Amino acid sequence: MAIEVRIPTILRSYTGGAKVVEGAGDTLADLLTDLDSRHAGLKARLVTDAGALHRFVNVYVNDEDVRFLGALDAKLSDGDSVTILPAVAGGAFGFAAAAAIAQHSAAAAGVRAARAR
Amino acid sequence: MLSIDRSIIDAIVAHARRDHPDEACGVVAGPAGSDTPTRHIPMENSARSMTFYEFDSMEQLRVWREMDDRDEEPVVIYHSHTATEAYPSRTDISFAGEPGAHYLLVSTREPDTEEIRSFRIVDGVVTEEPVRIVDAAVDPHAVQSYMFGQSPATVDYECSGR
Repeated sequence: MAIEVRIPTILRSYTGGAKVVEGAGDTLADLLTDLDSRHAGLKARLVTDAGALHRFVNVYVNDEDVRFLGALDAKLSDGDSVTILPAVAGGAFGFAAAAAIAQHSAAAAGVRAARAR
Repeated sequence: MLSIDRSIIDAIVAHARRDHPDEACGVVAGPAGSDTPTRHIPMENSARSMTFYEFDSMEQLRVWREMDDRDEEPVVIYHSHTATEAYPSRTDISFAGEPGAHYLLVSTREPDTEEIRSFRIVDGVVTEEPVRIVDAAVDPHAVQSYMFGQSPATVDYECSGR
């Protein structure tokens, strides 16, 4: 049981410089826990203290953004490919306002995901 | 220091002007390890906002994969500020996730001039760097013009300028 995980430059300090690592898990949360057992600290960069996927990263399963697949609950199968990229965002806006937008779009994504089911 | 071709800077400024007053954003890819930006990729600002930009996550996946396939990396990540100076905001710093990239900011707040500045943003620390705009090198061995077929069909002896 192996899932290929592509690691962005900024997180390769946790994987000894490796661009691709392998892991296992039935959900994205399980996979990240498994990876963290070998690459300590990686999970904390991807998951907030509150247990949500971090705003600063995009995670994809095969060709889908996991925000539309149930985020950390996204189901994984053997042979899936997971890609992690730094989210590219910013702007002149204050951070508090940006965070408010992030919550709003996360909620909107949740609604879209619920409708899709 | 960021060295970048004038034609790429012109294209970035044109993109920023086109999207003004919304913020524009994009990438300039270059061969991995070269620190040379060669391929301009304007990106959609999925936030479509005057004060915020965000790459569309699916477009980003496609572009990042394409760079990977071509053995390129994002040498420059740019965006515009449309009412404030070309300096990274706290939001820009929080999000900056490509430690090897030059973060280029263009301010379009003045209608006739652009402020163009470049920064490294690593672990939340912002370091400004000079921007050197390079004019495409002229190859001295290249034949610059042929005169065949250029003879005037009429000759104006009066130099009337018509």
